[in-house]
Amino acid sequence: MATVQQPETSIITGNEAMALGAKLCRVQVIAAYPITPQSQVTENLSGFVESGQLEAEYVTVESEHSALSVCIGASTVGARAFTATSANGLAYMCELIHWAAGARLPLVMGCVNRAMAAPWSVLNDQQDSMSQRDAGWIQIYARNNQEIIDNLIQAYKIAESVHVPVMVCYDGYILSHTVMPVEVPTAEQVDAFLPSYTPHTILDPADPRNINQVTLADPRANEVGETCHGYMELRYQLQEALGNARARAVEVDEEYGRHFGRSWGGMTWGYKNEDADVLLVAAGSIASEATVAVDALREAGCKAGVLAVRVYRPFPERELLEGTRNAKLVVVFDKSLSYGYQGPICADVKAALYGTGGGPAVHGYIAGLGGRDVKTRELVEATQESVRRVEAGETHKETGWINCQF
Amino acid sequence: MSVDIGSLKGIVEIRWHGRGGQGAISSAQLLARAAFDDGFQGVTSAPTFGAERRGAPVSASNRLSREPLRTFSQIEHPSAVIVLDDTLLEVADATKGLIEDGWLVINSPLDPAAVECSGSFRIATADATRIAQELDLVVAGSVIVNTAMLGAFARATELVTLESVERAIAEKFPAELARRNFEAARRTYERTKLATGGS
Repeated sequence: MATVQQPETSIITGNEAMALGAKLCRVQVIAAYPITPQSQVTENLSGFVESGQLEAEYVTVESEHSALSVCIGASTVGARAFTATSANGLAYMCELIHWAAGARLPLVMGCVNRAMAAPWSVLNDQQDSMSQRDAGWIQIYARNNQEIIDNLIQAYKIAESVHVPVMVCYDGYILSHTVMPVEVPTAEQVDAFLPSYTPHTILDPADPRNINQVTLADPRANEVGETCHGYMELRYQLQEALGNARARAVEVDEEYGRHFGRSWGGMTWGYKNEDADVLLVAAGSIASEATVAVDALREAGCKAGVLAVRVYRPFPERELLEGTRNAKLVVVFDKSLSYGYQGPICADVKAALYGTGGGPAVHGYIAGLGGRDVKTRELVEATQESVRRVEAGETHKETGWINCQF
Repeated sequence: MSVDIGSLKGIVEIRWHGRGGQGAISSAQLLARAAFDDGFQGVTSAPTFGAERRGAPVSASNRLSREPLRTFSQIEHPSAVIVLDDTLLEVADATKGLIEDGWLVINSPLDPAAVECSGSFRIATADATRIAQELDLVVAGSVIVNTAMLGAFARATELVTLESVERAIAEKFPAELARRNFEAARRTYERTKLATGGS
């Protein structure tokens, strides 16, 4: 009798989890350019291709701009394509990031979050992916290495159903270079969950066509007299697709749970949040750190909880609105900044809660820029500071900076 | 040493000091694997984040917990510090944050009492360099002591078993190399000298 292969727990880095995930998704084209802290992803994938463990075209490119261009080309002719990058590499892709979304290609990219230069930093924050939030990609943030591999497998399922590219984001070094236990699904499990990609449009030499050509302001008739969308209609459809991705992300995560025995909360995830007066909001590994802060805050008599953003685009507006209804205070920790304003997650939370009448106070803190370590106790102290201010009637507070040493 | 000594809510923190190329990061990863097999559901191993160069002081850390870990910030209060190169004791401020009654495990031919290092921690020494040389664990002129020091760590702290160390090494290296690396760990385990209280 054939024995069914069981998933094994490996002690691996976030980068190894991402590379194994891409292999399990049977990606057909990989084009990536190495950059710290992402390099191990490309190194491992090239090894899988070289050793025959993964049947894929590994395209060596001279830049990130070309890497994403190759993936766009591959996806346009119907291949499942993958790339990964960090920071300045992501910025170098910027033009194509917008293109991939507008062209509605179900690409998936690993973004190993790293600070943007200048000055040079190879260390973690989330300025890179946050600066691309308006491009039309779905963004998912992982709290640990298990979630990295699971999010990547889910990402292809989401991307290929709503036809929007997905950025699978995880914190550089903090997750990318830290080993921890990861249950690696078997190929059979992943094949049953994620069937091979059936392309929605194909550029085929036998059926030549011009796609994504110059599209003028108003709808126009094509060569056979059919009225075709103008730019604005196409962009409305992209927004609609991102809207549909909300429900899809939740469904896919639930379906993942049925296949693999774990799911991650859909759009958001909570920790001791049901009865919380104070909610800590963040994305990525800092949200995991916040759960430890919540334990300490509860011991000190503060009814705190975490409501973490897992999918940042589309934004979990409804989940945040409903999830913070009974809270008195929401404290948002951003590892990036919209310079000249405030943390992007904080601003988005405020927008989601605006106009609902009598909602909680929302205080924002900037933390961990350029690899600055964020301790549990610092999250506790910032939360306690905000609680004191709210109790003193100060609902509005300027953005705070955690452990900024002046 | 029991799991709870000096640990924060059942989490044991460990720090490795070595020089670039000595294998501090690899040994921290091997320890994570071994500890997982010994029942620690939560294990992490991280290099100290920064640029690494051959010969320059590097460090790595572990957290071990009976529960899955939710914290990934840098460690502050190690229960054990393992030093692969004793010249780093001063250079790298190796005992920084080491808890009272914690273990300082040093690759040194000296007896623990002869180690010039003060504090309320305990000291273990092992001549890992000699043992690694006995087993020809030399790469490009450098004596590779990291796997040997896993044996010294296991002997001093009793946090992991030699059996799990053997499995972790076997998973990482080809058979013959695994055999010699584990033999280094085993011999070092046996020859580790322990002393309580710093001088």
